[in-house]
Amino acid sequence: MTNLQLLALLPFMVLATAAVVVILLIAFKQSHTVIQVTGFFMMCAVVLAMWFVRDTLPREVPPLLVVDGLAALFTGLIIFSVLVVGLLSYIYFEEREENPKEYYILLFLATLGAAVLTISRHFISFFIGLELLSVSLYALIAYLRNRNNAIEAGVKYLMLAALTSAFLLFGMALIYMETGSMEFTAIGNAITKSGTSVLFLMGIGLIVVAIGFKLALVPFHLWAADVYQGAPAPVTAFIATVSKIGVFAVFVRFAQAIHLHENALAVTVLTVIAIACMIAGNVLALMQQNIKRLLAYSSIAHFGYLLVAFLSGDAGVGAGVFYLLAYSITLLSAFGIITLLSTRRKDADELSGYRGLFWRNPLMAAIFTVALLSLAGIPLTAGFPAKFFILTVGVQQHMWLLAVVLVLTSVIGLYYYLRIISTLFASPPLSPAKEKSLHPLFYAATYTSLVVLMFLLAWLGIFPGFIIDNVQEFLVIR
Amino acid sequence: MILVLMIGILLVGGLTCWLVAQRYPLMGRLIALIAVIIAFLLPVGWYAQYASELTVTGNNWLIDYQVNWIPAFGISFHLAMDGLSFIMILLTFLLGMLSVLCSWNEVREKTGFYFFNLLWTLAGIAGVFVAMDLFLFYFFWEVMLVPMYFLIAIWGDFNRRYAAYKFFIFTQTGGLLMLLAILALYFIHAQQNGGQFTFDYFALLNTTFDNNVTARWIMLGFLIAFVIKLPMVPLHNWLPDAHSEAPTAGSLILAGLLLKTGAYGIIRFVLTLFPEASASIAWWAMLLGVVGIVYGALLAFAQTDLKRLIAYTSVSHMGFVLLGVFAFREIALQGVVMQLLTHGVSTGALFVLAGMLKERLHTRDINQMGGLWTAMPHMGALAMVFVMASLGLPFLGNFIAEFLILMGAFEVSPVLTIIASAGLVLSALYSLRIMQKVFQGQLQTVSEPPKDLSAREWIIMASLTATIIFLGLYPQPVLDTVQGFVAQLARSNL
Repeated sequence: MTNLQLLALLPFMVLATAAVVVILLIAFKQSHTVIQVTGFFMMCAVVLAMWFVRDTLPREVPPLLVVDGLAALFTGLIIFSVLVVGLLSYIYFEEREENPKEYYILLFLATLGAAVLTISRHFISFFIGLELLSVSLYALIAYLRNRNNAIEAGVKYLMLAALTSAFLLFGMALIYMETGSMEFTAIGNAITKSGTSVLFLMGIGLIVVAIGFKLALVPFHLWAADVYQGAPAPVTAFIATVSKIGVFAVFVRFAQAIHLHENALAVTVLTVIAIACMIAGNVLALMQQNIKRLLAYSSIAHFGYLLVAFLSGDAGVGAGVFYLLAYSITLLSAFGIITLLSTRRKDADELSGYRGLFWRNPLMAAIFTVALLSLAGIPLTAGFPAKFFILTVGVQQHMWLLAVVLVLTSVIGLYYYLRIISTLFASPPLSPAKEKSLHPLFYAATYTSLVVLMFLLAWLGIFPGFIIDNVQEFLVIR
Repeated sequence: MILVLMIGILLVGGLTCWLVAQRYPLMGRLIALIAVIIAFLLPVGWYAQYASELTVTGNNWLIDYQVNWIPAFGISFHLAMDGLSFIMILLTFLLGMLSVLCSWNEVREKTGFYFFNLLWTLAGIAGVFVAMDLFLFYFFWEVMLVPMYFLIAIWGDFNRRYAAYKFFIFTQTGGLLMLLAILALYFIHAQQNGGQFTFDYFALLNTTFDNNVTARWIMLGFLIAFVIKLPMVPLHNWLPDAHSEAPTAGSLILAGLLLKTGAYGIIRFVLTLFPEASASIAWWAMLLGVVGIVYGALLAFAQTDLKRLIAYTSVSHMGFVLLGVFAFREIALQGVVMQLLTHGVSTGALFVLAGMLKERLHTRDINQMGGLWTAMPHMGALAMVFVMASLGLPFLGNFIAEFLILMGAFEVSPVLTIIASAGLVLSALYSLRIMQKVFQGQLQTVSEPPKDLSAREWIIMASLTATIIFLGLYPQPVLDTVQGFVAQLARSNL
């Protein structure tokens, strides 16, 4: 390994160090605040490291890893999301748990797993990254072990994730048997030379099942609502953003390497999955009274939209990245509001608890409203250009069926987003006074970051050009 | 630049209202009024200065302002104004000022947020009338939707949430179909012009379609969005609910302005971008227009809820618009523009009257009204003017509009025109029923007789009355202003 290769991996090494530093800190000083602040600075260090190494990209680190523009983009998204999740975790756990320190170790390990996924170009690194992510998530989901839902959610995730790991390994083995290689590019070369066999297709199918599970695509979505509901709010935000971004990144890279878009069967299957996601996600969310479950179903629908970009091939990658960015900011601000409203005993997930929020706390309600409008894809918010770009690439590739389904299901989606919004603006019940026990500084910090997120949504909604240009620039680095 | 300023003032004014009203609840309405007046004076002052120059040069476009917005996708921030846009802008701000005035006392809680929504709706509508980039047009199309949703959902009547949903989902469905159609047009244009991607209206005008099927589908995408807003009969379902549940200013804006965006869209985009495709469905559109005229009038006659009644009259009047537009005759198109103006004024006035009655009697049921003329002679007389306008009495604006439309349509389809004229008889029926039920007959037992108009209400009604009479007696300035656009349109579609 040359110096330059080592240098390119610097951000990921800093990320790994973050977990170690937290472990050491627990040994010396058991203060939540110290750990939180240190974690924050470590994440900032990762961002700095990334900026520092940007000129050395793209850099292959054979056989396992490659750090290129795509990886940098997705890792950036992941780190950005973790920064916000970390901030939310503080006020959430400080209210509940005596000892939330191990939480941060798990959080950073899971982040590392997702980051490794973005740079993997080999089945081994793919699998290691995915396991690092999943194993940390088992514990994270069930972290508040006194709650019934948490244990249920954790076990559910554990069972299904273990099962899909088996599927994934089996799929990898089949592909290895057919092509004799585990490197993505080598597999791609092998099949262009000799064509695809039935076993190879089965292998691809099994890998798609595993990825579909992680992204909660229909019909592998059954865990999503329960896990979203049972997990602590910041962890739910983490699952909805970081873990999905990581898996999506590796899926994009894998598909590009093996030319998945040229395989008619795979395209058909993915098209069916995308349509099923859009329809099922939106329809199941219609009658939900629980906001976390509702967001789970809505995220299923959103990954259906994202698949439309994915199916457009290389042209769709830029649109997909932009969509993920808009989607992460939106979801993080929504979960931020849920976190802020949660009490010691219970997460604020009942829709009825949000009644009249606008008249009690206009700022929170405004942030939540903007986030919901962005999810619904209304102009002036980031969701609109995001959906627009996806439609653009969809229409460009003449995927009319997908485009029409996307449009019609977004209208269904509108209904339940509006339902929440009109609840926020309904006349308030007699409001229970909320106890605030923490140092106001942390509330101020959280509020500030949420307001920043809201402005980011508006900025992306009105001037998406700047980000689009930058994304395209990064995507060229390969 | 003046157009940017005009929209910017409304947006900034809306935000200021919201912020200031947190501290001083009564300041919000004042700021809102000032903002709308400035936005009104900007284009008017500009027009007064340059109008004469333009007729000499023969150029239709008065202002053209363009800057890059998202160059990667060929999206620009392109605003332009011609005679048609100017007329629509004028109507927007006239009704805008009145809508601020008529919510002066009606809205008592959350005033800041109310005026914020009101001004942003107006900004969206103004934007729709001047946007010359299809992406920007869609953007404004949606921007006017969300605040309107809030206006209905928060300050509406008893059944407001249902009405607000219905309004939003109907219009959004149409909007998204339009977005798909815009994208299809965008790529077809780019294919023909060697990958020059642009959403610019003037560039897209040069698109030609190699087969009629594609053109018709894309045209339908646009048309569905517009006829939902208009509304055309099978798609009019959202309108009675939204109009009757909205607060007075909301009904005024809905009837006076939002419906007009649909008509404007058909004239500006459907007819010019797809001349052949729209000619091929013209007969069907005219038929549906006539069905709307008759059906709307019959339903209006059957209503007991005053605001619902007025809402159905809109369906009937907008049928004339559809009939006139798809006749493709210069005279009919001029009638359509007149109809947009006069319907905005007269129906708006009727909604304001209904709002005033509701403020006094706390009901919209016309069976519980009656004999109000003795208590409120002034209001009765003014109501008489607008009821007469609505049934198409000569000297009032609506007569000119409907007359021109029927005259233009007669050349194309005498049968449909005759049925449409019969619809005018029905309009006399429902209009007179309003007068009889509300102002004449036995005085219902009311604990204390309601007060007649206040000074503020006088200002509102007087300006509307003056406008409708002026349009009825001397419509020439309006016809002259839109002449250039309409003549060109009629030429290219014949």
